[in-house]
Amino acid sequence: MNSNQKKRWISLYVENQVGVLSKISGLFSGKSYNLDSLTVGTTEDPTVSRMTISTSSDDETFEQIKKQLNRMVEVIKVIDFTDVSAKIKEIMYIKIKKISLTEKTELFQIAEAFKARVNDYGKDSLLLEFVQTATKNDAVVKLIKSDFKNIEVVRGGSVGIESISMTER
Amino acid sequence: MRQISGNKLLVRALKEEGVDVLFGYPGATTIDIGDELYKQDYTKVVLPRQEVALVHEADAYARSTGKVGVCLVTSGPGATNVVTGLATANYDSVPLVCFTGQVARHLIGNDAFQEVDIVGITRSVTKYGVTVRKREDLGRIIKEAFYIARTGRPGPVLIDLPKDVLGEMGSPEYPTEVNIRGYKPSTGVHIGQLKKAIKLLEKAKKPLFLVGGGVNIAGANKDFTKLVDITDVPVVTTIMGRGAIPTNHKNYIGNLGMHGSYAANMAVNECDLLFSIGTRFNDRITGKLHSFAPKATIIHIDIDTGAISRNVHVDVPIVADAKEAIGKILEYVTKCDTNLWKDKIEEWKKSHPLVMKKHNGVSPQMILETMNEVFDEGIFVTDVGQHQMFATQFLEINEKKKLLTSGGLGTMGYGLPGAIGAKVGNPESTVVSISGDGGFQMNIQELATVFAEKLPLIICIFNNNYLGMVRQWQKLFYGKRYSMTCLRKTADCDGKCGEVECPPYMPDFIQIAKGYGINGIRVSSEKEVKEALIKAKGYKKPIVIEFAIDPEETVYPMIEPGGTLSDMLMDC
Repeated sequence: MNSNQKKRWISLYVENQVGVLSKISGLFSGKSYNLDSLTVGTTEDPTVSRMTISTSSDDETFEQIKKQLNRMVEVIKVIDFTDVSAKIKEIMYIKIKKISLTEKTELFQIAEAFKARVNDYGKDSLLLEFVQTATKNDAVVKLIKSDFKNIEVVRGGSVGIESISMTER
Repeated sequence: MRQISGNKLLVRALKEEGVDVLFGYPGATTIDIGDELYKQDYTKVVLPRQEVALVHEADAYARSTGKVGVCLVTSGPGATNVVTGLATANYDSVPLVCFTGQVARHLIGNDAFQEVDIVGITRSVTKYGVTVRKREDLGRIIKEAFYIARTGRPGPVLIDLPKDVLGEMGSPEYPTEVNIRGYKPSTGVHIGQLKKAIKLLEKAKKPLFLVGGGVNIAGANKDFTKLVDITDVPVVTTIMGRGAIPTNHKNYIGNLGMHGSYAANMAVNECDLLFSIGTRFNDRITGKLHSFAPKATIIHIDIDTGAISRNVHVDVPIVADAKEAIGKILEYVTKCDTNLWKDKIEEWKKSHPLVMKKHNGVSPQMILETMNEVFDEGIFVTDVGQHQMFATQFLEINEKKKLLTSGGLGTMGYGLPGAIGAKVGNPESTVVSISGDGGFQMNIQELATVFAEKLPLIICIFNNNYLGMVRQWQKLFYGKRYSMTCLRKTADCDGKCGEVECPPYMPDFIQIAKGYGINGIRVSSEKEVKEALIKAKGYKKPIVIEFAIDPEETVYPMIEPGGTLSDMLMDC
C-alpha cells in the first residue's frame, strides 16, 4: 500500500452551504484517508465554494478519494491538480520573540532570502509573512526553529489554481 | 396565491410523490405534521412501537415494492433511534426518505430539550442529509430528497425539519422538476467497454457470473436469467444477489463467501473470467483479498463508480445500471462452450453438497425445505445470524419468492419489522419472518404493530437459546468458551452447563405472543413442522411458530475470518 505514496492536490467546487466542510472532512476521517491540508473560500459565484485539498496516498486510494468526493451531492466538480500545471501557495506568519539585535539582523536576511515580508516590528520581536509553497514554508519553519526558541507559527493551508494554458496565453 | 403552512406543504408533497404509506412515531416537534396527516386520507400512517423498528419497516416496504420508504420521527431520541435503520438501508442501497423533527431554529445549538444534530450524526450513513433552514426551500428539498433516494445507487435521505419552519406560511407550490448541479446519476452504458467484456466472455474457458444485490434492485432478474440461458455460463451470487436467477436454475451454483457453498467458492477460485454485476466485493464474499479469484480476469458492472476497483482490482470496469447493461449485453452475446467447466462444477457439487448433519431437535434445513414445499409464493424476511445463513443456503428464491435480509450491515432485529413492512406493501403476498431468539427479542415489541395493523404474518423463531452465530465462532475458534452467548444463563450460573438448572423458557415466546393477542405454536419435533406451516398458511391471522433448534447446529461450510475461499471448514 505504501509503495507509491505520493502527495496529491485536488481542487473542489462545492455548494456554499452549512455542513459541507464537515461532510468533506468527515469523509476523509471516516474512510481513513490522509488529509494534509484543506482550505475553503467562496468563489466569484457566492453560491459556490472552492476547496484546495492536499493528501498523501497511493494511486488506488487516490482514485477512491476522487470517486467518493464525486458521489457527494454537494460536490459540483472535482479537479485533480496532481499532474497539471497549477499555482499552489500558502500564507504563513511567523512571530519571533525575545530576540537580540544580531538575531534581528539574521532574520532580516532570512526574510530577504525567502522573499518574506516583514509584517510587524517590535523592540525585541518580529512578525514575518511568507507566501510560497507549503514545502518551502516547511523549510523555513525548520530553519527558524533551529535558531530561535520563542516562535509562534500560523499557516493558512494551500490554495491553488490552474495556470493559464498555452492556448489561452 | 393562498399561502399554506410548511406542515401542509409536506403532506401535499407526500401525495405528489405517491406516498401511500408512512411509518411514523409522534413527538413534540412533529405533532403539527401529525395533525395534517389526520386531516387527509391519501397517505396511510403505520405506528410502530419503536423508531428502530420503524425504519426497518419502511426499509422492507421499499425493498419489497420498489417504491421509496418514508419515515417520520420526532427530534432528539426519536431521531437518534433511526441511525441503525438508516445505516442498514444505506449498506443495502434501499431508497428511504426519513423526516426528523427538529427544535425551532432559534433553539438550535442551545442544547434545547430533545435537540440533537441528527444531520451530523447520520452524515456517514445516509446518501444525503439536510436541515431545512428556510420555509421557501421546503418544497424543493423534499422533491430533491425523493429524487436522490431512488436514482443512481438508491439510498436513505434524511430531512431535518425545524418546527418553526414547518409552522411558517409560504408558497403552496411543490416543484415538478429537479435540477441538482452536483448530482447527475450516470445513465447509459459505455458500448466500447461492454464489447471488450463480451469479447473476453467469448474467449473464456471457465467463465463465471458473480451477481450481487444490484441486479435485484434494478429489477433485472428476468433479463439476467435470459443472459444465462443464452450464454450457458454458470452463476454464483452474494446473499443480496440471491434470486437474481431462480435458485433451481440449472446454471445456478449457489452463494459464495464465508458461508457459501463449496462448489460456488471453488468456482470463484478456479474461474478464468469473473463477470460481476452489482456487487461491491464485500470482505464476507472475498475472504483474503489477494487470493480472491486468483486466475480470473475481472469484469465489473456497477452503478456506483465508488464500488469499482475499491476492494478488488478490476480489469474491465463498466459504470451502468444493471438492467440497462444486461439489456445491451443481450444484443451481442451468443452461447459459450462451457460443458467441460460445468462438468467440473457438477463434480464439486456432488462431492460437497449442502447438507446439514443430523442433531437433536428440528433441523433448520428441514424447516426451510418444508417451507419451499408448503409455500409456492411469498416474501421471506430474515433476521441476522445462523438462521439467516441457513435461509440463504436452503430457501428457494425465484420470480414468486423473494428474500429480504440485512446483508451489508447485518442488523439483528431486522426480521419482524421487515416482515411488517413487506406485508404492508404487499397485502396479497404471504410474508414469513424468520428470526433467531436473539434477534427476535431486539424488536419483539412490534408484535403490537402486527396485531394492530391486522397483518397475517407467519412469524418463525428458530430458538436455540443461544446467540448462535457468535457461539459458532466460540465453538470453532475459541475453545468452546461461550462468553455472553447463552440466553438462558442466570446470575447463579457460572456458564458450566449442567450445574444449575436452566429456566425452561427465556422468554416464553408463546406466552408473550398471547399477551399481544397473537396465537403461537411450539414445534419440537420434525414431524410437527409441515403441519404447523400448513396451519399457518391458512390461518388468516398472525401466528408465531417457535422451532426448537439444537445449539450444536452449525453453519457450514465456513471460511475462517480472513481466510481464502478455497480453504473451507466442512461439516465432518
